[in-house]
Amino acid sequence: MARRIATGDPTPVRWLLITVALGFLAVFLVLPLVAVLAEAFAKGVGAWWVALSGEDSRAAIRLTLIVAAIAVPLNVAFGLCASWAVAKYDFPGKSLLVSLIDLPFSVSPVISGLVWVLLFGAQGLLGPWLQAHDLKVVFAIPGIVLATVFVTFPFVARELIPLMEEQGRDEEEAAIVLGAGGLRTFWSVTLPNVKWGLLYGVLLCNARAMGEFGAVSVVSGHIRGLTNTMPLHVEILYNEYDFVGAFAVASLLALLAVVTLAAKTGLEWWHRDEIAASRRH
Amino acid sequence: MVWSPKIVALAVGMAIAVPGAQAAERTLLNVSYDPTRELYQDVNAAFGQRWKAQTGDDLKVNQSHGGSGKQARSVIDGLEADVVTLALAWDIDAIAQKGGLLDAGWQARLPYNSAPYTSTIVFLVRQGNPKAIKDWGDLAKPGVQVITPNPKTSGGARWNYLAAWGWALGAFGNDPAKAEAFVADLFRNVPVLDSGARAATNTFAQRGLGDVLLAWENEAILALRELGGGFEIVAPSLSILAEPSVAVVDKVADKKRNRPAAEAYLKFLYTPEGQEIVARHHFRPRDPDIAKKYAKDFPAIRLFTIDELFGGWQKAQRDHFADGGSFDRVMARK
Amino acid sequence: MTAAARAGFRRVIPGFGPTLGLTLAYLSLVVLIPLAALLMKAAGMTPSQWLATLSDERMLAALRLSFGGALAAATINGVFGLLVAWVLVRYPFPGRKVVDAMVDLPFALPTAVAGIALTALWAPNGWIGKLLPFKVAFTPLGVMIAMIFIGLPFVVRSIEPVLEDVDQELEEAAASLGASRWQSFRMIVLPAIAPALLTGFSLAFARAVGEYGSVIFIAGNLPGVSEIAPLLIVTRLEQYDMVGATAIATIMLLVSFALLLLVNGVQKWHRERMGG
Repeated sequence: MARRIATGDPTPVRWLLITVALGFLAVFLVLPLVAVLAEAFAKGVGAWWVALSGEDSRAAIRLTLIVAAIAVPLNVAFGLCASWAVAKYDFPGKSLLVSLIDLPFSVSPVISGLVWVLLFGAQGLLGPWLQAHDLKVVFAIPGIVLATVFVTFPFVARELIPLMEEQGRDEEEAAIVLGAGGLRTFWSVTLPNVKWGLLYGVLLCNARAMGEFGAVSVVSGHIRGLTNTMPLHVEILYNEYDFVGAFAVASLLALLAVVTLAAKTGLEWWHRDEIAASRRH
Repeated sequence: MVWSPKIVALAVGMAIAVPGAQAAERTLLNVSYDPTRELYQDVNAAFGQRWKAQTGDDLKVNQSHGGSGKQARSVIDGLEADVVTLALAWDIDAIAQKGGLLDAGWQARLPYNSAPYTSTIVFLVRQGNPKAIKDWGDLAKPGVQVITPNPKTSGGARWNYLAAWGWALGAFGNDPAKAEAFVADLFRNVPVLDSGARAATNTFAQRGLGDVLLAWENEAILALRELGGGFEIVAPSLSILAEPSVAVVDKVADKKRNRPAAEAYLKFLYTPEGQEIVARHHFRPRDPDIAKKYAKDFPAIRLFTIDELFGGWQKAQRDHFADGGSFDRVMARK
Repeated sequence: MTAAARAGFRRVIPGFGPTLGLTLAYLSLVVLIPLAALLMKAAGMTPSQWLATLSDERMLAALRLSFGGALAAATINGVFGLLVAWVLVRYPFPGRKVVDAMVDLPFALPTAVAGIALTALWAPNGWIGKLLPFKVAFTPLGVMIAMIFIGLPFVVRSIEPVLEDVDQELEEAAASLGASRWQSFRMIVLPAIAPALLTGFSLAFARAVGEYGSVIFIAGNLPGVSEIAPLLIVTRLEQYDMVGATAIATIMLLVSFALLLLVNGVQKWHRERMGG
């Protein structure tokens, strides 16, 4: 839907409100980003590059990519399943289910890490069994993946559920009545309708997966070069008085955030007609 | 949607299967506390060479650093440390008691209470010492801001706390009530309690907060060097002999068949070569010859031990840092 | 009866069993079972342990700060988030697209990075802190700053789509009947976006209550003054006090979940009232 222009507000009021809003955003959003970049490049691009190409930094970047590559597809598959189930059918307890899907959003990251330690730690419920079979979950990559999956769990589903609900069920029902199978209906009717929402959900899910700190910190064990993700490596460098290094890795994560947002805006811009069309349903 | 169960199964399988991947090369894991990062970088390199020369095997020592308590907690919860090199004996005791991962008598297994190097607590002040801070008594004066980490979470902060308490006992005729009142006055001057020693140093040096930082001696010297000018070290008249302890975690080292390497690694810290590295990183060496060689680096401070004044860590922990202990009372007075 | 009949009719679309089954299975594995482990641990506590936990002054102060700070931050976000959404939806100005995209920054920026950056800005020797006559970083104010940062997009993103859908003809009609802008805003726009505002507020609140990474850098972490509840959980863990940690975690979890149920309930009620 095209945005309409307000006719009622006098120009001074309009500019005052714009100024206040932009001022607020500048102080609370833009300045932190600028601070990260300024610190990262404080000693020039050379120092920035040296900090990023160190062995431990590379290991942290690699681990972060591996974790995101496992966590994001899992949550995409789940998000599609869950939003389909919630939007396309009526069943008792749906409201509770939606609340439960939202739950990881509001659980403190520290708790999100703690629960895995309670479950899989040496003193945890399954700890003795895991140790007897020489399986490592917490303080190793599986634990980091689990904590990340937990934290990024709702992103895709939350993006898709309202979108699918808004679009209703008429098209799918029509497709079914016309003889299409469930899977075919999903691929050729539902998915095209929600693909932009899905993409946006994936982008945010990915950004959060790569940037999670609190939960991963609890289960990581902080072994240099092995179980440190990028955000944890930022903290380590910061604690080693290597401020350029810390902010260099941080700037990479900040750039990731900016690229994520730019990609989202770009997609919306290029496909605005299609998006407007799918909204009209 | 047929593919998604497969993907879920595959991913779950991967999540469980991954751990086996690291077993191929021989590695030790040393779980340590915050201010030893630079020290063990050098120790690991030197020991790796020596081990290779003696046995012909390659050995890589991995490092994990963090607050001492947090690190011990992780080992108890299953972080597979072959050796722990923590800030205080209490944290290794906890691994023995709560995790059952090593023998309760671990401290007798290596010389000098299993502490191959020592340190003490000194003051880091701003250039020119504008608040004229000379000794512990000056820290409790109104208008002085003191930066120290939280004794509940930081090993270094516990040494800080006990050092202040110990000085006050001497200054006020061994009266615990007066010592507690002094420590309460001191903590009234503390505007921030960071969770670890490194965070506190950053608060003081980078954020410009406070007039004096209570710090490990090695941290203070390192901060002086790493963070440029603007600071100087003040040695108090009396301080505590901080003994960071080391131990092999029996169950883990045996399980990973790393015991010989783990034991050799800790013994290496006591060798002249190890002691040299220790001294170069501003920890006080135990070896008398090396200590003499580096004597000019370490100001002569009268030092007392935790056993002399506090009856060991178990008792000190119970009296001061457990819930309801003196630290809780001090914070309630603020 | 009718509901059941309707549900039966709705299930023209196949795949109800597999999709709901998979959803529930994955939800259980990833979220419910781990949280159940937490609750089981808490259920093992004796009443006297609970009593000791609940009467611990330090924990109460931490919970007060986490919930109070989150409430204040969510309120500020409610006001400014509404303003930002209004400006972004109603006023065309150059660079609006860019600003709109920037709003999501706190979603995407890692919390540890945000924490370090905010501290660098608001510390007494930071860019902003230098200009202020009072301390922000290392006080409860600093905690609030971090909470405002992480919560803002929740409010803006909740309000924006609803505000876009508000029928401006109604406002024009009101204006032609002699209502002032403020009156038509209050009588027409505000009621329409109120549920979205509430949703955004609650999400920002819930997120702020549990926030850890960005807050610990800027908070100062003084027990009883600027120590947040998640940090106290970590502290308790480091003191080998698993019971204490679990107790605080459980309290926070239950409050969060009650809040979510409430919000989803209000939304559902609103949808039904609007005939949606």
